[in-house]
Amino acid sequence: MKRSSILALLLIAVLALGFAGLASAQDAAPSGDLEIFSWWTGGGEAAGLEALIARFSEMYPDINVINAAVAGGSGVNARAVLTTRMLGGDPPDTFQVHAGEELNALWVAAGLMQPLNDIYEANGWMEQFPQGLLDLISDDAGNIYVVPVNIHRSNVMWYVPANLEAWGVTVPTSWDEFVNTTCPALQAADITPISIGENWTQVHLWESIALGTLGVEAYNGLWDGTTNWTSPEVVHTFEVLGQVYDCANDDMNALTWQDASQRVANGEAAFNIMGDWAAGYFLVDLALEPGTGFAWAPSPGTDGVFMMLSDTFGLPVGAPNPGAVEAWLSFLGSAEAQDLFNPVKGSLPANTTADISNPDLYNAYFQSAYEDWTTNEIVGSLAHGLVASPAFSNGFSNIIATFQSDRDANNAAVTAATLALQTLR
Amino acid sequence: MHNRRDRLIAVLMVLPSIVLLAIFVYGFIAITAQTSMTDSNAMQRLSRLPANFIGLQNYTDLFSGPLDTRFRVGIVNTVFFTAIFITVCLVLGMLLAVLLDQKIRGESVFRTIFLFPMALSFVVTGVVWKWLFNPNSGINYLPTVIGLPPAQFRWFISEDRILEFNWQDLPTILAVIALSAAAMFTLWFAVKRKSRPAIYGFVIVMILSFLIFSGATGSMNALPNPEQHGFNLALIAVVVAAGWQMCGYTMAMYLAGLRGVSEELREAARVDGASEFGVYRHVVFPLLAPITLSAIIILGHISLKIFDLVYVMGGGDNLRIDMPGLNMFFETFRGQNFGRGAAIAMVMLLLVAVVIVPYLVNSFRSEAKRS
Repeated sequence: MKRSSILALLLIAVLALGFAGLASAQDAAPSGDLEIFSWWTGGGEAAGLEALIARFSEMYPDINVINAAVAGGSGVNARAVLTTRMLGGDPPDTFQVHAGEELNALWVAAGLMQPLNDIYEANGWMEQFPQGLLDLISDDAGNIYVVPVNIHRSNVMWYVPANLEAWGVTVPTSWDEFVNTTCPALQAADITPISIGENWTQVHLWESIALGTLGVEAYNGLWDGTTNWTSPEVVHTFEVLGQVYDCANDDMNALTWQDASQRVANGEAAFNIMGDWAAGYFLVDLALEPGTGFAWAPSPGTDGVFMMLSDTFGLPVGAPNPGAVEAWLSFLGSAEAQDLFNPVKGSLPANTTADISNPDLYNAYFQSAYEDWTTNEIVGSLAHGLVASPAFSNGFSNIIATFQSDRDANNAAVTAATLALQTLR
Repeated sequence: MHNRRDRLIAVLMVLPSIVLLAIFVYGFIAITAQTSMTDSNAMQRLSRLPANFIGLQNYTDLFSGPLDTRFRVGIVNTVFFTAIFITVCLVLGMLLAVLLDQKIRGESVFRTIFLFPMALSFVVTGVVWKWLFNPNSGINYLPTVIGLPPAQFRWFISEDRILEFNWQDLPTILAVIALSAAAMFTLWFAVKRKSRPAIYGFVIVMILSFLIFSGATGSMNALPNPEQHGFNLALIAVVVAAGWQMCGYTMAMYLAGLRGVSEELREAARVDGASEFGVYRHVVFPLLAPITLSAIIILGHISLKIFDLVYVMGGGDNLRIDMPGLNMFFETFRGQNFGRGAAIAMVMLLLVAVVIVPYLVNSFRSEAKRS
């Protein structure tokens, strides 16, 4: 045989083997590495993610899951790493992102996410996830881009019922009542009326105040341009924030959100506004009983409104192992996965077929929150990326930080108006 | 012939590091400078769109735009912090060095103790001092050990501010400072009877006073609303933490310098009737001047670029101890506004250059003299 024909034969053999390999890879169960990128590194979040990964590895033993979580800064550091990796053309297989503008204004608008409608239809999720939530994670053409894992509520006010009784105050139903009645009464008794933590918890507080004083329609109008940022009503939200600062601990910049919540549990402070991840903190870390050890109400003026945020995962364009990602996402949206993750993390399941009525999984707080989630009006959170782009959020953090030192409500509103012009769509 | 080959080899040996420096230092500085003149952001980059050239817009925004108050707070903080931090480190370092120079017993033990904090990372220092400075549990409660009431200063979250000024007045303030410096030099030259420098100085004084009194400097700042800045007392906490970490280092430098002053010189001064203080004042300290300059350069560039310590102590968004480094990080990665972030980085580079370039010029000159 001539040497060239031997070479040709070899080449054909190699090609044939290669195709066979490809074909079998498509048929067989997904395998290889699956890199999951998130900022869940501590407490219930990390435990929930680990529980998910453990179950997923049982189902797909061939997939090697890499938990690429980046710690710190409520996701700021993780997003910095993620942006760098995406810009460098090295996307992780799947990454955590908040539903809403954080997803839409950047990743979807840049065309870097793949539609997941096939997965939704194959699993029958179109009927299992609430329509309002699906709207937040899809574009105008109806393409759905991510799978939500959980639902959190942002506008919750926490307190200890026995303490309130001892101090002779009731849960305020409006910010006027809080500032004019509740706060002086508590200050006279030498109790901190409300505990506040570092900068982002103050943005979180402002969104509750804005929702409570502006109402749903005007609050939503801030983000679609129908509410004027310099109107007296919006200036008033900053004025109220200033009055609430006057009712708060003066070491707020030294406290994390856990420190601030703990002041309520310790009886040093009466109220705290925080998302419902605080329920997990009260329950697990401080071992308090829901209803007696700690209790909750919608933040003042927001009864009947559910300010939500949601963590989701998607499939970026250019993910190294899309087959494994599809298996992961199909698992993530299932009722089984949501019931594994949410009771540990301390959040509501996004999938409506989850076993929410099971008291072994979801405690009294989540039973009541789920009731609200299905009946209340839904709005999106600013501090957690639902209603505004990252550029707006960053600028707004600076505005709140500046306001905290100069207390100039007019200036804050005017600056926010300029920022909104530059950064909101 | 031989000489030329030597030179060729020398060039070849240096070439790799020159190429690496050119690409990875100066090349990237050039890219940052270029980015700082665009509106580059994550959205554009990810969608593969080109950034728009906007000239010096980012810089004008930083210094006079209503959205960039945070940058101005950071710049003012940096200036105050750098000045106090360097002074504290120099004075304490010198004091410790002079004390150790008294031939005391166990000197090496003390030297090691004073140098130890330098081995820590700023992150560790930040966490430790954040705990110590916590106003409701830390060193504020030290007086209670002996029955006194706890101290009231709120350290890194103190809201007090002294030396307040309006940012709009900044050009005027800077002009007045320059004016007084120029006037002093003019006087000095006049007294020394050096007429030409004195005349130049007089012209500068006249121009500056004209600018100030005609209101030209007053209208130079385009910031629409008054904006108060000043020395935030919260910075004291950062100065203490950073000074605790770095004054051992200046001590080591000064100690080496003191050991370099020969005993004969001191003896000669004593023979001439100098007191022990006089020996230091007139013989030792002047000989330490080059060391002071090196220490200022090293401490200065540390404090101008400081990030980790304030990030840990302030949680990132405590504007009372904010620094441009933090602002650059947040603007770039949280706001995903790369152009603005690059502009902040360039301003920081210029600040560091202001400190380092005179030093480089000085050392080049003395090297040229020597050879």
